[in-house]
Amino acid sequence: MSTVEERVKKIVCEQLGVKESEVQNSSSFVEDLGADSLDTVELVMALEEEFETEIPDEEAEKLASVQDAIDYIVAHT
Amino acid sequence: MLSPLGNDVKSSWEGVRAGRSGIGNIERFDASGYNTRIGGAIKDLDLEPWLSTKEARKLDAFIHYGLIAAQQAVDDSGLDDYDALDKDRVGIAIGSGIGGLEYIEKNVLTMDKSGPRKVSPFFVPASVINMISGNAGIRFGYRGPNIAIVTACTTGTHNIGYAARTIAYGDADVMLAGGSEMATTRTGIAAFSAARALSTRNDEPEKASRPWDRERDGFVLSDGAGVVVLEDLEHARKRGATIYGEVVGFGMSDDAHHITAPPASGEGAARSMNNALRDAGMSPDEVDYINAHGTSTQVGDVAEVAAVKSVFGDHAEKLAMSSTKSMTGHLLGAAGAVEGIFSVLAIRDGLLPPTINLDNPDEGCDLDFVANKSRKSDVRVALSNSFGFGGTNGTLIFRRYED
Repeated sequence: MSTVEERVKKIVCEQLGVKESEVQNSSSFVEDLGADSLDTVELVMALEEEFETEIPDEEAEKLASVQDAIDYIVAHT
Repeated sequence: MLSPLGNDVKSSWEGVRAGRSGIGNIERFDASGYNTRIGGAIKDLDLEPWLSTKEARKLDAFIHYGLIAAQQAVDDSGLDDYDALDKDRVGIAIGSGIGGLEYIEKNVLTMDKSGPRKVSPFFVPASVINMISGNAGIRFGYRGPNIAIVTACTTGTHNIGYAARTIAYGDADVMLAGGSEMATTRTGIAAFSAARALSTRNDEPEKASRPWDRERDGFVLSDGAGVVVLEDLEHARKRGATIYGEVVGFGMSDDAHHITAPPASGEGAARSMNNALRDAGMSPDEVDYINAHGTSTQVGDVAEVAAVKSVFGDHAEKLAMSSTKSMTGHLLGAAGAVEGIFSVLAIRDGLLPPTINLDNPDEGCDLDFVANKSRKSDVRVALSNSFGFGGTNGTLIFRRYED
């Protein structure tokens, strides 16, 4: 079974069309990985799907980096 | 160009020259419960050389096809190698008849199953019709007029005609123009099938599109895209561009008759051709070849013949008229663009494209349809017709470029 970190990074790669080697825990979706506002919405939807959870909009807006997403998932699933 | 005959202009035109059919069984979805199980699909297309990962994932297939055709056209034109190009004076007019039907279907089904929060944020930009023009503008950095005319099966013709006028009016030096379509989806086939518009010759897909033949039973729905680069003549000369032909006439009209069927007299089609001839300042006897709308429907095929006879009189028996839809099927909003390109290539190569599957011409269908085999012939002027649902008609006239 993959770790939360691996699963989050896999989704980030798929959604943002970036290579695994480009994705660090500290990577910002917008600043480092080229996401726009629509990409980040869809990224959150993909995370919800993968981890069978619902991320409220006000929480989703705070997820700016890969680590933010990992921390949220670990704390809420 | 992407067509059921090939994934570029060269291979598609080779298919036309050889009189090959691009029609086959529908494989994009399980069509086993459908009355019509055949269509003209794009085959073996690798998106990777053409599109970014994001474009490939987040845009509907009709935008993929349109962008690829636009890239091919720009590559062939050499525009991007012309350092003096003023990109504020380059515009784009690429439309579609239907738009992102597959993307719409997918999101509606997801919403029905999982609720409104699961609708993609890309739903609108991935499926609305002006997003080929929009994405192409971003891709090439062309900042002039950006538009997408939507007129069902006349879309490609209207976009090219409008783009030519945009240049003639002085609003742009160069325009990318054409149309794209990917409507052979579950809903698309079901809908045209319900309108009794499609051929059900499922056991012989290659023989299903047979304009003017007695045994025709409707059109074949196809996918693809066509894009041309139109350019002000002086601009083209100055940069040493290859000039394939000139757009010399554009005409439009409406049937004002019925939402899907033309009047038997073809009077709306005739008005469109007359308007194009007047725009070109040409007399009917100057036209050598007509690339017909010719979709292989009972009413439409006969009406177009009647229209041509009324416009061209005795000359109708001397000119050649064929339907390349007999090979490509009907690309809806891309049809006029793909057929405009074929018309120009007929001029370039002195070759009349055939109407395949024309074994027994129907009553009243007695023109020279270039039956079944292409034929060498000097073509100086070619006319291309498109007629669409809503009664909307468009005609383009192309002439050989003589320096």
